Amino acid sequence: MSKTSHILKLSGLEPLIVTEHTNFVNIGERTNVTGSKKFLRLIKEEKFDEALDVARNQVEGGAQILDVNMDEGMIDGKESMVTFLNLIAAEPDIARIPIMIDSSKWEIIEAGLKCVQGKGVVNSISLKEGKEKFIEQATKVKRYGAAVIVMAFDEDGQADTYERRIEICKKSYDILVDVVGFTPSDIIFDPNIFPVATGIDEHNNYAVDFFNATKWIKENLPGAKVSGGVSNVSFSFRGNNVVREAMHSAFLYHAIKHGMDMGIVNPAMLEIYDDIPKELLDKVEDVLLNRKPNATEILLEYAESVKGTGKKREVNLDWRNDPIQDRITHALVKGITEFIEEDVEECRQQLDRPLQVIEGPLMTGMNVVGDLFGEGKMFLPQVVKSARVMKKAVAYLNPFIEAEKDGGTSANGKILLATVKGDVHDIGKNIVGVVLGCNNYDIIDLGVMVPKEKIIEAAVKENVDIIGLSGLITPSLDEMVDVAKDLELSGLSVPLLIGGATTSRVHTAVKIEENYTKGQVVHVLDASRSVTVTDKLLGDNKQDYIKNLKADYQKVRENHAKKRAQKRLVSYADAKANKFKIDWQNETIVKPNLIGEQVFNHFSLEEIRPYIDWTPFFQTWELAGRFPKILEDKIVGEEAKKLYADANNMLDKIISENWLQAKAIIGIWPANSFNDDDIEATVDGERVHFHHLRQQTAKAKDLPNFSLADFIAPKETGKQDYLGGFVVTAGIGIEEHIKRFEEDHDDYNSIMLKALADRLAEAFAELMHEKVRKEYWGYSTGESLDNEGLIKEEYQGIRPAPGYPACPDHTEKVTLFKALNVEKNIGVSLTDSLAMYPAASVSGFYFANSQAKYFGLGKIADDQVESIAERKGKPKEEMERWLSPVIN
Amino acid sequence: MGDFLYMETTFEKELNKRILVLDGAMGTMIQRYKLQEFDFREGWFENHDKSLKGNNDLLSLTRPQIIKDIHAAYLEAGADILETNTFSGTWIAQADYNLEKYVYDINYYSAKIAKEVAEEFTKKDPYKPRFVAGSMGPTNRTASLSPDVNNPGFRAISYDQLVDAYKEQAKALIDGGVDILLVETVFDTLNAKAALFAIQEVFDELNKKIPIMVSGTITDASGRTLSGQTTEAFLVSLEHAPITSIGLNCALGAKQLRPYLQTLSSKANISVSAHPNAGLPNEFGEYDQSPNDMASQIEVFLKEGLLNIIGGCCGTSPDHIKAIAEIATKYSPRKQNELAYE
Repeated sequence: MSKTSHILKLSGLEPLIVTEHTNFVNIGERTNVTGSKKFLRLIKEEKFDEALDVARNQVEGGAQILDVNMDEGMIDGKESMVTFLNLIAAEPDIARIPIMIDSSKWEIIEAGLKCVQGKGVVNSISLKEGKEKFIEQATKVKRYGAAVIVMAFDEDGQADTYERRIEICKKSYDILVDVVGFTPSDIIFDPNIFPVATGIDEHNNYAVDFFNATKWIKENLPGAKVSGGVSNVSFSFRGNNVVREAMHSAFLYHAIKHGMDMGIVNPAMLEIYDDIPKELLDKVEDVLLNRKPNATEILLEYAESVKGTGKKREVNLDWRNDPIQDRITHALVKGITEFIEEDVEECRQQLDRPLQVIEGPLMTGMNVVGDLFGEGKMFLPQVVKSARVMKKAVAYLNPFIEAEKDGGTSANGKILLATVKGDVHDIGKNIVGVVLGCNNYDIIDLGVMVPKEKIIEAAVKENVDIIGLSGLITPSLDEMVDVAKDLELSGLSVPLLIGGATTSRVHTAVKIEENYTKGQVVHVLDASRSVTVTDKLLGDNKQDYIKNLKADYQKVRENHAKKRAQKRLVSYADAKANKFKIDWQNETIVKPNLIGEQVFNHFSLEEIRPYIDWTPFFQTWELAGRFPKILEDKIVGEEAKKLYADANNMLDKIISENWLQAKAIIGIWPANSFNDDDIEATVDGERVHFHHLRQQTAKAKDLPNFSLADFIAPKETGKQDYLGGFVVTAGIGIEEHIKRFEEDHDDYNSIMLKALADRLAEAFAELMHEKVRKEYWGYSTGESLDNEGLIKEEYQGIRPAPGYPACPDHTEKVTLFKALNVEKNIGVSLTDSLAMYPAASVSGFYFANSQAKYFGLGKIADDQVESIAERKGKPKEEMERWLSPVIN
Repeated sequence: MGDFLYMETTFEKELNKRILVLDGAMGTMIQRYKLQEFDFREGWFENHDKSLKGNNDLLSLTRPQIIKDIHAAYLEAGADILETNTFSGTWIAQADYNLEKYVYDINYYSAKIAKEVAEEFTKKDPYKPRFVAGSMGPTNRTASLSPDVNNPGFRAISYDQLVDAYKEQAKALIDGGVDILLVETVFDTLNAKAALFAIQEVFDELNKKIPIMVSGTITDASGRTLSGQTTEAFLVSLEHAPITSIGLNCALGAKQLRPYLQTLSSKANISVSAHPNAGLPNEFGEYDQSPNDMASQIEVFLKEGLLNIIGGCCGTSPDHIKAIAEIATKYSPRKQNELAYE
């Protein structure tokens, strides 16, 4: 292998893979007779059951490696090591993590190595007894199959300067790699953490030297890792746990930044970095970073003033007087379960539904935890404690949530939930379970690390309606793909929900959906969306929903493919050859009820109003969020509510006082496509040609290069097809009111009116499209969609507008306006730059084919520009000007 | 990656070219001969004071022609690799029969006869070289599990004893001429670690090195070895040794092995092997999966590119190996991962 692997692989019953992206690895240190008086006593008295409990607590507390040390004069170290390791082997909940065999005596290390079936870590060997001994021991360690901690120690003693540290580490590394043939990533250096603030000037730079040596090792000794015993650094402050805890956290914070991978840390002796009082932190960091000549004196003096003994000090309950959200966040961050039930109960009393306690205050708190963890300011053991608090709170709420459910009615459906193999994160999944559960779904929760075979087996056995997979870490993404593949083979066809922090719509669309074609795959962004999704998947309109999802994911895949293709374009001829193919011979084309044009003057605004899509209205006002949820949004909800009320007041006036007039014209004409990208329509006996553009980006296999013309039957099929066109406006009469507001310096209402007119025009377009589908064309007479369904385009056919992604050529508007004689009929005109006036107008085409869909044209090449100019009979330069945004 | 300079062997060269086929079960074939107590004794143990029937490894000494015929049948069926008849060839396993002192003979002669048959076939068709893998079974003791539930710290065998036993076996197999050592049916990873430790000691002593294959056993649908490790942990625990391939055998049929082979295939930086049983035993404890059924299950993962070596374990016969060998020619061997996890 030419490339050095940087991955340290260890194992107990389960693997521990330490990559460059792994967070700090926490080594449990309570099973060490030199560090724990209690453990020493238990071993001395041969109370092995209790000693095992100590180990178990470490694992449960988040230790990822278990350090075992039996170096004590009063016990037989070798025998104790063997006995204890053999006992651990019989305890799967302990043995699942790798063992660190910790001793200064080689014979104890070797005895320990003969007891562990996994790949553990030897702690430690060094050059202190010379090169020969070092080689001999390292060769043995390699043969036994363990990683090794190498102390920065040689025959001259322990390295205590930066230079000595890197010199010894380099020398050790070279011997291990070149002479012994040790795998570089199995080498872990301990560059000596020594106490600082000892009063001896030579010690002042110890921490800085450690940080710099760590950095040097990570940069210069490929693959090697760095570890250390953190509590040493605060040795001078024995008895003052407030200072010690702060020192440990601050030290770790900086050491990790310099590349420290793992360490022996007592989680109980660790303050959260952000929680260290500023004054203390400054003084601690002055010492650690050797920033001030008298830093030690200052910290010592300050330490005297800090009463108490850290975590063991009289518990400070001041935070109990904080507001409820702060208390909950505090409890989660600090992992305090003591008060969580009473706090949760208080929230429950205040909120309408018990579920809101989870969605609101608890999630807010967990987000703080997530952020701190992400910033490296909280460590894994602390996060595990936070999760415990969260679970306790959820457990407390569960009975209330259960009680709230309808007792009598049967469940909406059965949903299987599982965190996939290799992943242990289940908070999100549990929340989803709670949310769905209180929406009357039966939940079968298979827990965490669930192999795909088990998921499928349970799905079959329980006859579930939906399977939900969760995962937080990146490898879970691949695992989900594997589950999908096996689901496909299993013959099941139930929907598959994908959720969890690293999952995404893109990954779901690109990697998962196509592997499971028998059932629908849906990415669920967060727990709050799960009910909407499941309701839809199991509801009456599920086919429409699925159809839309498929279209949506198709779009995502296309976008993704596009991005990947990096705008690589194919020739126009090749693009045409890869057109979207419809089997026209088997296509039923509905003959429109209306052939020709129809004008609508003075259309009732009252009738249009319910069709308004409010979400873009709020976007106009730069308030992010979907309507109507935005009204309840924590941040913008208040503002959104006010705005919504104002808008409706104005709408009332617009309607009752006839501020605006709505007019429309539609036309439906016999039409066929020709020359691949052109459409010939017969308007009032005359032939009118519409010219469309075709996607020219290189497509992934099986993805066509779309053109709108693909959705109209070509002439040569001999089938009569149809094309529609429309222009609607809701802006007639707007000027005098705008003027009125502007004269009054009332920008708010001026903008409000324009925004509302725009919304009315869009709503009007939606309404007309519906009328066309159901009446004037009549291809979808049975359609029945509410406004939400309309907004989501859950209907057949599209209405692309010139100037928008599928049809970016504005000049088509000219042809359309001519065909419909728009200006004369409804008073909407085109400006020189082909904008419509009044602005609150919408124009476009109607395509009725069931396979018609929106797409983005993307970039086109010169050959197509030339072609369209020729087809339109315009100079190429003119077309280049109009099309410049899409020309590659 | 090796301890000393080491030339790539023919075996390793062939491994890069195609999927190699390991032979099938020895026990199933021996059963067909309906052998009696005397068959296990003649010429060697006629006056031994313990019953020897069922101690199949002895047949390499007492009925070498039967073993050679079985080897030949597998090579005829298309196998590339023969396993020696030495699954229980350690003093630990032979202690039950009081035959500890014959361990060297068992391994040496088993290796020798297998090699003779293999060479014969290689001579006939030099473009399909045949190899002999010295089979090193798990012994009947576990180094990390206590046989006494009331005394979980107790061990019926020590690491040092295992190293001692495996050294003796490995040396005899190499002396007998095997091309490969196969540490197989590993149900306790610590036993396998001891075997690998022993083999490396023997390599040092002989100043010689041959390829090593390791094959573990996932006991049931829990996806773990008997000693509790997941497939990936099993892999991580043994990767330090200079092994050429890692794989799984026994306990499960091809179909049941698939998920664990997927794990090995995606995580291992070395070749991957499998020799599954002929399905799961029926209610009579017999393996009745047909050669075609087994081959079509195997085809699923050969198609997925999971394997470099495929063969059969309990219940498989030359017919099974023939069907498997035919399927194996249709697919390319698994590609090596450069560095898994990156």
